[in-house]
Order: sequence, then C-alpha cells, then structure tokens
Amino acid sequence: MKTYTRPMAGWWKRNPYYLWYMLREASCLFLTAYALMLLWGLYRLQQGKIQYEQWRESLASPLSLAFHAIALALVLYHSWTWFKIMPKTLPRIPLPDWLVVTGGVSAVIVCSALVLVLT
Amino acid sequence: MKRSNKPIFWSLFGAGGMLSALIGPALIYKTGFSSQSLGYERVLLLAQNGLGKLAILAVISLFLFHGCHRMYHSLHDFGIHVGPGLKAAFHGFAAAGTLAAAVLLILV
Repeated sequence: MKTYTRPMAGWWKRNPYYLWYMLREASCLFLTAYALMLLWGLYRLQQGKIQYEQWRESLASPLSLAFHAIALALVLYHSWTWFKIMPKTLPRIPLPDWLVVTGGVSAVIVCSALVLVLT
Repeated sequence: MKRSNKPIFWSLFGAGGMLSALIGPALIYKTGFSSQSLGYERVLLLAQNGLGKLAILAVISLFLFHGCHRMYHSLHDFGIHVGPGLKAAFHGFAAAGTLAAAVLLILV
C-alpha cells in the first residue's frame, strides 16, 4: 500500500523564521570548511617555513577573503542564536532567561577580545 | 538494551557549538583579515607547546564534529532520510580529521 507523504520541498522558504533557521544551519558548512582550512595550515606548518608562509599568503587571496567574510557573518549568527536559546537548552537553573543570554553574549565578547589580543 | 551512542556525539556537537560560539568569529576574523601576527615562528611556538597543541586540536576537532553533526541533521530537514551508514560517514569524517590533526601535532 502506498501512503500519502506530504511533500516537503521548499518548506523552509515559506516563512522568514524558517529561512533564518536554515541560514543558521548553513553556518555548519562554513565551520567545517574552516576547520579543514586550519587543518591544511597545520599540515603546511609541519612541512616547514616556506610551505607555511605560502599557506598564509593564500589567506589574502580574494577567494579566501570572500570565504572568510561569509563564514564570519554566519558563525557570528550561530554565536548569537547559541546563547539566545541557551535558557531553553540548559538544564533548569534558578536564573532569569535574560541573565543567561546576557552572560553568554558577555562571554563571547571576553573570549573574542582574548583571542584577538593573544594571537 | 543496546546502549545508544547518541550522548557521545551530542556532547561533541555541543562542545563544538559552544567553542565556535565563543571564539569562532574572532578566529575567523584573525585568519581572514588580520593574519600579520600569525608568522611562522610564533605559530610554531604555539604548536610545539603542550597547551597550544591541546587548543589547536580542540578547535579543529570540535569544529568538525559540530559541523558534521549539524550537516547530518540538515539532510533530514531537506527530506533526505539518512540511515546509520551515512551517519557513520559524517562522524567518521570528523574523527579522521581529528586523527590527522593529532598526528600532525605530534610530528610538528
């Protein structure tokens, strides 16, 4: 017997809320590609100075800049949503929702500052 | 009852989500738009330091596990119902990347 299955093609285009969801999910493609790019850099580092500097030069290519710009925007959005839903994903804790979100965003600011200063 | 492996992969997904939420944007900004300070000697020093090795491994591995886990679930969102084989492929890919990073960090 063949049962009816509701078609689901393009469901995420029907509502702006779903579109934002899909955009957030798209960050995973760029995050994976970014991790692979770092892994490649580590491989070049292990090979020696010339190879590593070639990799570092490739970071300034237009393709790399475009990739980084999109990745930055998407991962920043992931960052925001990660802490925005934190009151729902955490086990129940006796803190108001806004405090959890504010704490998370503050942690992002502090950690980002640390990365930018230390590296 | 057979024990589910879900908690393991969910933990790796969660850890990667947290790490990338905290330092992902800053790292991407650094490598993309401000890599002057990432000279060979400086980065080599980091990669040869025990804590530095751990940090590099955590970033590469957890970003991969987070990304691959989410990709796998996104396929479901598009109506592609993936079986255990494809799921193993996604997690296996992240595991292979982790192994490669670990080997390189030992060699460097």
